[in-house]
Amino acid sequence: MRTVSGKDDRELADLLRSALAGDERAYARFLEQVARLVRGFARKRAGSGGVDPEDVVQETLLSIHAKRHTWRTDAPVLPWVFGIARYRMIDAYRKRGRRVEIELDEIMETVAQPEEDAVSVRDIGRALEALTPGQRLVVSAISVEGHTIAETAAKHDMSQVAVRVALHRGLSAIAKKFGQG
Amino acid sequence: MDTDALIRTLAADITRPSWPLSRTWWAALAAATGLAALVFFTAVGPRADFAEAIATLRFPFKFVVTSVLAVSAFGLLRAISRPEAEARTLWASLLAAPVLVLAAVVIELLVVPQNDWAARLIGTNNIHCLVLIPLIGAGPLGLFLLALRHGAPPRPGRAGAVAGLLAGGLAATFYAAHCFDDSPLFVATWYTIPIAGLTAIGALLGGRIARW
Repeated sequence: MRTVSGKDDRELADLLRSALAGDERAYARFLEQVARLVRGFARKRAGSGGVDPEDVVQETLLSIHAKRHTWRTDAPVLPWVFGIARYRMIDAYRKRGRRVEIELDEIMETVAQPEEDAVSVRDIGRALEALTPGQRLVVSAISVEGHTIAETAAKHDMSQVAVRVALHRGLSAIAKKFGQG
Repeated sequence: MDTDALIRTLAADITRPSWPLSRTWWAALAAATGLAALVFFTAVGPRADFAEAIATLRFPFKFVVTSVLAVSAFGLLRAISRPEAEARTLWASLLAAPVLVLAAVVIELLVVPQNDWAARLIGTNNIHCLVLIPLIGAGPLGLFLLALRHGAPPRPGRAGAVAGLLAGGLAATFYAAHCFDDSPLFVATWYTIPIAGLTAIGALLGGRIARW
């Protein structure tokens, strides 16, 4: 357990800059660390009202992905991350008919929580059902079966470009579904 | 789907990122200005005595007020279209234009005889003003709302309202070049109403379009 610091911010900002330049592994490491930080905040704030903290973590990751162009690459990254987490938390409560106010300063005092296996079927898993068959094939090949883009392309006799496009559209559709609920 | 699977999936999708938001705002401003200019010159154009009027005090002051409004709204809108924006960010800058107008109204009341107040307030062009500012501002408002949708505003409705203010300030800057009524009494009344209308429409649409 530790609090977030300027050093964390610089490390995460470096990872996200590499990710935006196309480095997949840097992006995965960035998202893993962000998931841990957001989980700490989500567990603290989602305790009441039937909001599942891990849902908030996952929706935050999706929003980070969909809105990654809103980060100014010379700005601190944690206020941006927690700004997105705050929005998803408020939205989760709103969908259950409740209004909450959250200050960013309050979140920044959050603590990093150790990661825990999340095995239950989540909303995002259900959102897969709303995709076209092609999108679902690709998204589940990569997410559930853990294949790379190249493997998925070979397995389903698709081009890598087609796999990337289907993945991108599928993820956009899932992200949009959360924005409209 | 567990969180690790989600991270794996998102990482595989990190192809080229879309347009950075800062660039989007400048592009939207340029396109909105072009669109407003097009509607303005097609529909009405500048007043005939523009060259003489610009040497007076009241005529150029209209541009000062409307462009101060547009500039402050643009700065605020860019800030509040990002997820890390705090509720209190920069809102004070929006007071600049109203304070300028109020000061000008006070001076106008001091220098103009009371008998002329009503005529200056009502002016000759007020229906024009109510119609043309929304007409010129509608396209820009649409563009700013699209840019806002590309962003991630923590409060989409409020951000939409500021987009309406920006569209109103931009439209009023063009409209001011056409309008013969230069008294601050007229501006404070007949410019405020359509700009407030655009702001309300922006708030309403922003709350729907810019949710994410």
